Amino acid sequence: MKIAVASGKGGTGKTMVAANLAFTLSQTCQVTLVDCDVEEPNLHLFFPAPATAKDVTVPVPVIDEKICDRCGKCGEFCQYGALTVLRDRVLFFPELCHSCGGCTLVCPKNAIHEEPKRVGIVTYAKPLPRLDLVSGYLDTGNPFAVPVIRAAKTATAGDSLVILDASPGTSCPVVETLDGCDACILVTESTPFGLHDLQLAVDVTARLGIPAGIVINRSDGKDQATLDFCMNHDLEVMMTIPFDRGIATIQSRGDLLCRVRTEWLKAFSALYGKCCALTGAE
Amino acid sequence: MIRLAVISGKGGTGKTMITAALAQLLPGTLVLADCDVDAANLELLLNPKLIRTEPFMGMKSAVINPAICIGCGECESHCRFNAIFPEGNTYRVSPLHCEGCAVCNYVCPVQAVSMEPRQTGEVKYSQTERGHLVHARLVPGAGNSGLLVHAVKKMALEQDRDCDLFLIDGPPGTGCPLISTISGVDAVLIVTEPSVSGLHDLKRVVAVCRQFRPRVLVAINRFDLDESLAESIRQWCTEESIPVVGEIPFDPVVIDSVRKGVPVTRAGDSPAAQAIQILKTNLEQELTIHDNQR
Repeated sequence: MKIAVASGKGGTGKTMVAANLAFTLSQTCQVTLVDCDVEEPNLHLFFPAPATAKDVTVPVPVIDEKICDRCGKCGEFCQYGALTVLRDRVLFFPELCHSCGGCTLVCPKNAIHEEPKRVGIVTYAKPLPRLDLVSGYLDTGNPFAVPVIRAAKTATAGDSLVILDASPGTSCPVVETLDGCDACILVTESTPFGLHDLQLAVDVTARLGIPAGIVINRSDGKDQATLDFCMNHDLEVMMTIPFDRGIATIQSRGDLLCRVRTEWLKAFSALYGKCCALTGAE
Repeated sequence: MIRLAVISGKGGTGKTMITAALAQLLPGTLVLADCDVDAANLELLLNPKLIRTEPFMGMKSAVINPAICIGCGECESHCRFNAIFPEGNTYRVSPLHCEGCAVCNYVCPVQAVSMEPRQTGEVKYSQTERGHLVHARLVPGAGNSGLLVHAVKKMALEQDRDCDLFLIDGPPGTGCPLISTISGVDAVLIVTEPSVSGLHDLKRVVAVCRQFRPRVLVAINRFDLDESLAESIRQWCTEESIPVVGEIPFDPVVIDSVRKGVPVTRAGDSPAAQAIQILKTNLEQELTIHDNQR
């Protein structure tokens, strides 16, 4: 069972839901928590533990200037403008390269080979006896999050129960995170911003064919517009977390709601049951 | 023209709320851009009147003609993006995964693959009370959000280059939309919040900004929700020589104003509105000082 936690809008409480869900499940079974918000990973703040790290690399072209005759084929082929062939040399812009390998294929002189370039790291920790935490970190200044997300997911591909914390937004990092998941929890807040972005996130899960359910966070009771939207789109509101300064403080300090207020364990347990029901599994 | 981007690192700290209020308060002529193209919300506070829409063409996407495809699988084995998969006796491209590299088009022995233009969003040019707004809509799930950010900024600069201020509502994160947003701006205002996540994400986004040109300024939103963490943020900013130009208290009027669809500075006198007024004054001073130094 692989469950992604996503939202569209940032700051709605994805990390809070993912962390508490994984903490709750780890009371009774083995669970892997994956931080796929590699631009701003935060889960490790809630589960401090020693971690080991592995580099994430992508292949980038290296041109052998001795063999290259500046024919220009690589520069013509590159769809991203990452290679510019001048009269006396070839300029390579690594921040534009998508590592497709096309330049090595088109070079008639075989003057291009690929070498690994680091774009981030994946860390591995075991903060609790039955909880593994795998976090992706995009190196700051690097634009492409997807290879780091892919590496973090690959590291957990064989695990049976996986909770994935997605980045905000609706573009490629979110698609990469959701791909292959059995269910998706969409965390929202009852504001026009939250609802607007929830609609976009629902659109993404529908395009990917992933069943989704809703968690309303920081509810001040004025949830009617969100409830109407969910009703009209046949989306279950699986959990509502009230706005409460106490809960906000637990979260802002890096603690877990279910650890401080153990009565919430039952609610997160029920949330997991509802996610399973979304997929049709027991 | 001064170019200022409001960004945050962590999502949901209040970028859009502050951008809308600053748009109302800052003097001079103004052009606005919403560069959070994945989840654009600025229009929900500024009630813009749409002037025109232009299609946004992202990267081309590969399309396999099943009538020509011989099912050899060369395309699938060369695709680095897992975008090609078998379907019956032929292959198909998933447009959600295709990054438009054209390698499949190159390796196909029977020319069954074509590269086709694809509209992945639109750029909108609108009128608000405070000047033009360029905003966009990305097809949910589409890539190239960095390119779309570039298109939004380009339209704003082409259409309204004579304005005194170019004010940008930025995306969260540190990846390609953020880098595309801050490239070429004079200053960034980073909106953070007093939480361990807020401080952690602030440090990362500052590290990205320092690889570019802009002057870095910080505002702490909902600072009173955790005074000791707010103090940690102030201390860190002092150590890093980053001016904290504003501190906005938690105020239920903010959510009320979002529900009314107006900037908080239009929702009557409130602690948040007063704090943003001070932020605006500090910001003007910082940006003028910066301008004189150049």
